[in-house]
Amino acid sequence: MPRNRVLFILVLVGLAAALGLAFLTAAPNRLVSGRPIAMVETLQAARWLIAVPGLVLAVAAFRTPRPAVCTVAALAAAALLVALPWLAGAQAAFLAEQASPAARTSLGGAFWTIEICAALALRDALDRLGLRAPGKLSALVVVLGALSWLALSGRLDALAITREFLTREDAFGAAARRHVLLVGAALLPTLLLGFPLGILAHRQPRLAPGIFTTLNLIQTIPAIALFGLLIAPLSGLAALFPALARLGVAGIGVTPALIALTFYSLLPLARNTAEGLASVPAAITEAASGLGMRPRQIFWRVEFPLALPVFLAGLRIATVQAVGLAAVAALIGAGGFGAIMFQGLFADALDLVLLGALPVIALGIVADAFFRLAAARFAKSPA
Amino acid sequence: MIELDRVSKRIGEAVIVDEVSLGIAEGELCVLIGSSGAGKSTVLKMINRLIPLSAGSIRFAGTDVTHIPPEDLRRRMGYVIQSIGLFPHWTIARNIGTVPELLGWPAARIGARVDELLSLLKLDPASFRGKYPHQLSIGQQQRVGVARALAADPDVLLMDEPFGALDPLVREELQDEILRLHRDSHKTILFVTHDMDEALKLATRIALMDRGRLVQAGTPAELLAAPATPFVRDFVGGRDRGIKLLLVERVTQHMRAGTDREGEPIAADATLHQALSQMVSQGVDRLAVVDGEGRVIGTLHLADIVRR
Repeated sequence: MPRNRVLFILVLVGLAAALGLAFLTAAPNRLVSGRPIAMVETLQAARWLIAVPGLVLAVAAFRTPRPAVCTVAALAAAALLVALPWLAGAQAAFLAEQASPAARTSLGGAFWTIEICAALALRDALDRLGLRAPGKLSALVVVLGALSWLALSGRLDALAITREFLTREDAFGAAARRHVLLVGAALLPTLLLGFPLGILAHRQPRLAPGIFTTLNLIQTIPAIALFGLLIAPLSGLAALFPALARLGVAGIGVTPALIALTFYSLLPLARNTAEGLASVPAAITEAASGLGMRPRQIFWRVEFPLALPVFLAGLRIATVQAVGLAAVAALIGAGGFGAIMFQGLFADALDLVLLGALPVIALGIVADAFFRLAAARFAKSPA
Repeated sequence: MIELDRVSKRIGEAVIVDEVSLGIAEGELCVLIGSSGAGKSTVLKMINRLIPLSAGSIRFAGTDVTHIPPEDLRRRMGYVIQSIGLFPHWTIARNIGTVPELLGWPAARIGARVDELLSLLKLDPASFRGKYPHQLSIGQQQRVGVARALAADPDVLLMDEPFGALDPLVREELQDEILRLHRDSHKTILFVTHDMDEALKLATRIALMDRGRLVQAGTPAELLAAPATPFVRDFVGGRDRGIKLLLVERVTQHMRAGTDREGEPIAADATLHQALSQMVSQGVDRLAVVDGEGRVIGTLHLADIVRR
C-alpha cells in the first residue's frame, strides 16, 4: 500500500498523462492544429534518464514520509520540473531543423499535467518536511531560477510560446510593467480607504454590517460588468471636466481599471483589518489604557502590531486577487498581460494565450510568497 | 491620598455604585471587598477614570481627578488587573518599562529600573529581561504585571482582583510579596477582591460593598468584632468568624512573659491562627515566642488564644 497517498495519486496522474496525452504538438504553421507527439517519441537514448526522477517519486510514495524520503522526493520533483521544459525545448529544436520557419511546436497536455503534478509533489514534500514560508520561498526561487536559466540560455527558443515571446519582446515588457503598475497603483487607494474602513468597522460595531454588506456586494459584481458600469460615468466626468480628461481620466483604460481593482481589494483589506483588531484581547487594551497610553499610542504600539499578521494576510489576498483581475482589465484597454492573452484568444493562438496567462500565474505566486514571508517575519514575536 | 465623596455610577436605570464615600489615607492598604456585581471594580476604575462617574467627586492628592488629564492621572497610578494584560509582542523588559517610556525617561534609566523591579519581584533580571510573556508561568506573568505597575514609582497602586486567576500556592506567594512591598515602601494600595481570607491577610483597612453601597469600613479586627449589619457578619466570617479573628491578631498581642521552651518556637509577628495550628499539629498547649533574632521573649498558652 502507498504510504503517501497524495504523492501516489500525483504519480498515477502523471504517468497516465505521459502515456495518454500529447507531450508536444507540431503544426506546419500557427493557424492549423498540430500533430500530437507522444512523450515516448521524444525519449531517445540518454533522454530516458528523465524517467529517473519519476521513478524516484513513485518509490517514495510507498515509503513512510520521513524527512530523508521527503528530501529525496523534493529533489526529484524539482528535477522533473526543470527537466521537462528542457526535454520539450530540445525536441522542438530537433523538429525545427527539419521543418519550415513557420512551423510551430507547442506544449501539450502531458507536459502541463506532469509539470503541475511535479509542482504539487514538490509542495507536498516541502509541507511534510515542515518548512515554513522562508524555506518554501527559497525552493521556489531555486526552481524559478533554473527555469529562467533554461529560457535565457536559448534552450527553449524553438518552442512556440518562446517564439511568440521573441517576436513581441518589447510588448511583453511593456505589458509586464503595466500589469505591475496597475496592481501597485490600486493598492495605494485600497490602503487609504480599506484601512480606515476596517478601523471604523472595528470601533463602531453598528456600522460594521453596513460596511461589509456593501463591500461584499461589490465582490459579487463580475469584473467585466463592473468595468462596463464604470465606462459611462467616467466618460461623462471626463467630458464635463476637461481638466480631469487631461489627467488621464477616461471611460476606458487605466482609470476604470484602477477604480474597479480598488473596489475589489477593499473587502479583503477592510475585513482583515477589522478581524485583526478584534483579535486583540480586551485585557491588553484595558491594560494599555490603564497604564496611561493615549488612544493613538494604544493603536500604534499595541493594537496594530498585534493585528499585523491578519492585516498582512488581507493585503496578500487583495494583491493576489488584483493580479488576476488586472488581466481582465485588458478588455477595457488597460493593458497588462491580459492584453496578450486576449490577443491570443481572438487570434486563436493558444501559445500567445499562454504567454499572457503564465506570467499572471507567476506574478500571483510571487506576490503570495512575498506577503507570506512578511507575515512570517512579523509573527516571530508571538501574539 | 484618595477621597471619594458620594460617588455614584448609573447606567440607564441601573445603579452600579450608589453614593460611596471613602477616604484612603497615604500608606494604607485598603481592600475593597464584596460579592461580584457589588460595584467594587467600578469604584476602582472611576478612580483612574477608565469609567466616568455619574455623580459625586473623587480627589487624588487634593485635586479633583476630572481636572487631571486621564493619561497623566493613570501614569501616576499603577494598575494591575486579573487578566494581567501583558503586551505579548514586547519583551518582559519593554513591558515593565511601559510607563517610564511613556514618560520619556532615558533608556539607561529605564533599563536600570527594569532590573531593579525584576529583582524586587524575585525574577532574575538576566534571564527574564529578554523573554516574551508567553514563555512565563501565569504567576511569573503577574509578578511582571505588578512590576509594570510599579515602574514609574506611582503614588498609588490600584489592583483589580490581581490574584484571582492564580492557583492557591502562587496566590499566597504573591500576597506575601504585596505585604512585603507595602511594608517596605508604604505605598498607598487599593486592592479589590471577593476573597475574605485575602482581605483579612492583606488589609490595613477593609471596605465592604454590597449592591453598589459601602456597607462598612474599618480594620479587619473591627469588621470581625463589630459587624455593622447581619450581612457584614455573614460576609466576613459567618460561623467561622471566631477562626477568622485568629487570622488578624498577632502573637505579640496575646503572649505572656516567661521563657518556657515547649515545642517549636513561634515568631512574635505570626498570627494566632498560625500559633493555634502549630499547637494542634505538635500536640502542645504552649509555645515559646521568639523575636526576629531567635531570642525567646515570651510564652503563648492555648488559653491566651481563647481568652480574649
